[in-house]
Amino acid sequence: MYAFAYHQPTSLKEAVSLLAGEDAKLVAGGHTLIPTMKQRLAAPGTLIDLGKVPDLVGIERSPRSITIGAMTTHGAVADSADVKEAIPALAELAALIGDPAVRHRGTIGGSVANNDPAADYPAACLALGATISTNKRKLTAEEYFTGLFETALEEGEIVTGVSFPIPHKAAYEKFRNPASRYALVGVFVAKRPSDIRVTVTGAGSNGVFRWTEAEEALAKRFSAKSLEGMSPSASGLNSDIHADADYRAHLIGVMARRAVQKAADR
Amino acid sequence: MSAVSLTVNGKAVTADIDPRTLLVQYLRENLRLTGTHVGCDTSQCGACVVHLDGEAIKACTVLAVQCDGRSVTTIEGLASGGELHPMQAAFREHHGLQCGYCTPGMIMTAVDLVRRKGNSLDEHTIRDELEGNICRCTGYHNIVKAIAAGAENMAAEPQKVAAE
Repeated sequence: MYAFAYHQPTSLKEAVSLLAGEDAKLVAGGHTLIPTMKQRLAAPGTLIDLGKVPDLVGIERSPRSITIGAMTTHGAVADSADVKEAIPALAELAALIGDPAVRHRGTIGGSVANNDPAADYPAACLALGATISTNKRKLTAEEYFTGLFETALEEGEIVTGVSFPIPHKAAYEKFRNPASRYALVGVFVAKRPSDIRVTVTGAGSNGVFRWTEAEEALAKRFSAKSLEGMSPSASGLNSDIHADADYRAHLIGVMARRAVQKAADR
Repeated sequence: MSAVSLTVNGKAVTADIDPRTLLVQYLRENLRLTGTHVGCDTSQCGACVVHLDGEAIKACTVLAVQCDGRSVTTIEGLASGGELHPMQAAFREHHGLQCGYCTPGMIMTAVDLVRRKGNSLDEHTIRDELEGNICRCTGYHNIVKAIAAGAENMAAEPQKVAAE
């Protein structure tokens, strides 16, 4: 790790002003950034730890949504009685991230700010139609996730929370890379009051995406049978040592059918 | 340099350290608490698991400065008054180790698991929860047995859990 200056601000305002400094980077749970810094792939001059900023931790339930503070850990989301009851698929997704110790540190804000193409939360955000709140504005998931490790976040902008509308039914199915535990393919299916969404993580060369063909098929009938024999085109999907694009395309079909089945059974 | 104050195994410690110092480095090199091991150094193997405010975390992926004002428990902090913690005793009883390198992390993970999931743990749950702890001797069978027994023994000796 290269040397850096370290700050632990105690207010969002202080964090924003520190972030204006040259070569400054935020750290939340640090479970992506610290390993990256250890490998010297990232070398921020200043590290701003959000660990002592108040009001960024917590889960709030309203009649129509679940709002999760940016610094809330995956473990807290997985164990939350409110999340389990209102959006069980979201609690299950959080419980599939990393391992128990990782889930005690990693945060939802860190995950969506990093937008790793194999991360789990982006699939839930896009499928459920989440709103990402920052210190400056509110963004829909469609506006927010813009590409590979890319988001609509501007300089000096800090994610403060994510709000998920409660769907009628939802489920997440993930085919994990057995070593990294990241999604080789993850499919989130949500039957919302207004529409049905099927989102895919881990596979797209541009990050999370909606599989619209499957959404249209499910709009006719919400059943795994509606997706029988279907898989998306392999073009635009990742190929690497773990899986080629054709295999990922196949897995998307399989995971989508399993997720629909699971959601339908709820 | 950054000032950091935290509680380690019940004792207050203060230091002025390079912010790059990982928690595991601080514990081993500054405090000489070498029971916490470094295995992979990439948050995969779990040899470095300690408790931060009672929760299992990987000390190779946390900066010591991030723990300012918080409480850390290492394997050295589990036993009380020269008597092994019930989970440690169960690992000895069931021979839950071969080379022993992964053992401190396994035990810290196991104690956290009991906190979260209770004293009656089935084999499937234990194996699933050991996702982030790797034993390269592949001696999982006795580790799983030891954790199940240790979990039950922790119920029988609640004061030990409280002491942590």
